[in-house]
Amino acid sequence: MAIEISDISKQFGKTQVLRGIDLSIMDRELVALLGPSGSGKTTLLRIIAGLEWPDAGQLVVAGEDWMQLGAKDRRIGFVFQSYALFPHMTVRENLAFGLTVRPKAQRPSAAQITSRVDELLTLLQIDTLGERYPAQLSGGQRQRVALGRALAIEPRVLLLDEPFGALDAAIRRDLRRWLREVHERTGSTTIFVTHDQEEAFELADRVVVMEQGRIAQIGTADQIHDHPATPFVARFMGAVIELPVTLRAGRAELKGVDTSALPRRPLGDGPATLFLAPDQVALEADPASPFLVTAVSSTGKLLRVTLEAPGLPVVDLDLPRLQARGVAVGQNFRLRPLAGAVFSAPRSASPAGLIEMTPVKENIA
Amino acid sequence: MSIAHHKESRLVPRLLIGLAVALTLLMVVAPLAFIFWSAFSRGWNVYVSNILHPVTLHAIWLTTLVALIVVPLNVAFGVAAAWAVARFKFPGRGLVLTAIEIPFSVSPIIAGICYLLLYGRQGLLGPWLMEHEMQVLFALPGIVLVTMFVTSPFVAREVLPLMQAQGSEQEQAAVTLGANGWQIFRRVTLPNIRWALLYGAVLCTARAVGEFGGVSVVSGNIRGQTNTLPLHVELLFNDLNAVGAFAAASTLTVIALVALVVKSVLESRRHQA
Repeated sequence: MAIEISDISKQFGKTQVLRGIDLSIMDRELVALLGPSGSGKTTLLRIIAGLEWPDAGQLVVAGEDWMQLGAKDRRIGFVFQSYALFPHMTVRENLAFGLTVRPKAQRPSAAQITSRVDELLTLLQIDTLGERYPAQLSGGQRQRVALGRALAIEPRVLLLDEPFGALDAAIRRDLRRWLREVHERTGSTTIFVTHDQEEAFELADRVVVMEQGRIAQIGTADQIHDHPATPFVARFMGAVIELPVTLRAGRAELKGVDTSALPRRPLGDGPATLFLAPDQVALEADPASPFLVTAVSSTGKLLRVTLEAPGLPVVDLDLPRLQARGVAVGQNFRLRPLAGAVFSAPRSASPAGLIEMTPVKENIA
Repeated sequence: MSIAHHKESRLVPRLLIGLAVALTLLMVVAPLAFIFWSAFSRGWNVYVSNILHPVTLHAIWLTTLVALIVVPLNVAFGVAAAWAVARFKFPGRGLVLTAIEIPFSVSPIIAGICYLLLYGRQGLLGPWLMEHEMQVLFALPGIVLVTMFVTSPFVAREVLPLMQAQGSEQEQAAVTLGANGWQIFRRVTLPNIRWALLYGAVLCTARAVGEFGGVSVVSGNIRGQTNTLPLHVELLFNDLNAVGAFAAASTLTVIALVALVVKSVLESRRHQA
């Protein structure tokens, strides 16, 4: 089902949680809502589910106005972060719930429900757990039951709130792959909320990055990573080193930084900020550079190198240990960014928020 | 030195336990035993004839009737109040929370007097009720109203903390799965609160059966008509019929003991669940 969200706003008390969200999601698409806590992603998901109502805006799904439809009648599958399984029902009863509450005329026969539950147990790979109660299951198994319960009603849209938040890393990876398979097999339009960018990029067709109730950027993993739309997105993607530079003829200039690997930008001359990821900068020995190595520590695979220059923020780089053999405390190095983003703006952001300061942006691949 | 210390550390708990047992025997078990001892002091036949006396039988019947009316109403009220307070934010929510607790802090006699002033002949609603020939005071409605007031917090107080702790996600999940309000209540909410609900109902029943103060103000103590069991016990006692009073009291005691057993069974079930 294609989903059209237009100009949705929502306020909780005095907090503006969503500020005019516009978003189109295609039929059968798998979309991630990515953002830090408080960015409004869960609220947006709950509005699509009908568990929350916007103050203003439109929500149209497959041509139908969902603002006229309650959660009960939207036929969505919603998976809660805490699973919200019914503790007094067995796994089978949990899975069958959505079918057994249907009005008599639409309710499948008992035999049909049983076979549907059998099908789901197989799909969920928990065939042997049907008679157990939720308290007797592991976290990963509960997650599967929660998803199965949502899938049982053949939802038109599948919504998941931090689906893997409470699970450990190995199980997360496993379930991610499996969720992708389930999505492809059922062909439902799927939206999930996460604060984990790896999860978002690995699983989703498109990622929607949210910040303070607005959409900061929509794109694929590569688009967002290589062309962050705003300083916020750049930072959120891990470009946490911010250096004040001067733009001249489309190139960022700063003493001790060799930006020749970065393409020129169609940006006006003047002050700007260069955003760099700690693992995308090379070091070249240069006694004339103001960047002085003040600390080196090894994490095994990587070497964390701390550089300081007068008047500049401290720079922490993560270099592959084998490439950084010669780096030692007390030496001067030139920074050679392999990738980075430049935003022409004063470094001190306006109080209105960083998002407003970036009408012009430039990217480096 | 270390042996002495060891002895002392065993002596103190033993003393405390002994004191607790002695006080319990003296203050709880002895009066209870005395009730039955006195009730049977003139033999089984006198006991049975005391219980089967029409006025006593009527008192038992009236008390049962009041409990049968009050407990279901208060279960409904308690669940509704707990649901409203736990699930919704609305203006006056804090006021409702406080109001639920009021009957606990108001003496039942005060409650009875308030009803007297409200429904009595000189009361606010008295003239209107007289005009329409409705008798509230010195009749069943008055007894039921006062008992309801006194016992209204029990169910809500048991159910509310549980509902607040559980949150509403299960109910939200049920909505998204297409369940309607009644289906959610019956299949998700109710099973989750069932033990607390039963526990509250048992407490409510025990209190409703034993209520004396408030009822004594509004019932009028009419023998065979508006005399509940606790009032009847007092009446018999004032008649210098001690054996009869203790016989009637023994029935109340049996009800209380049954409630106590049911309560402890429910409590253990609740902690397992």
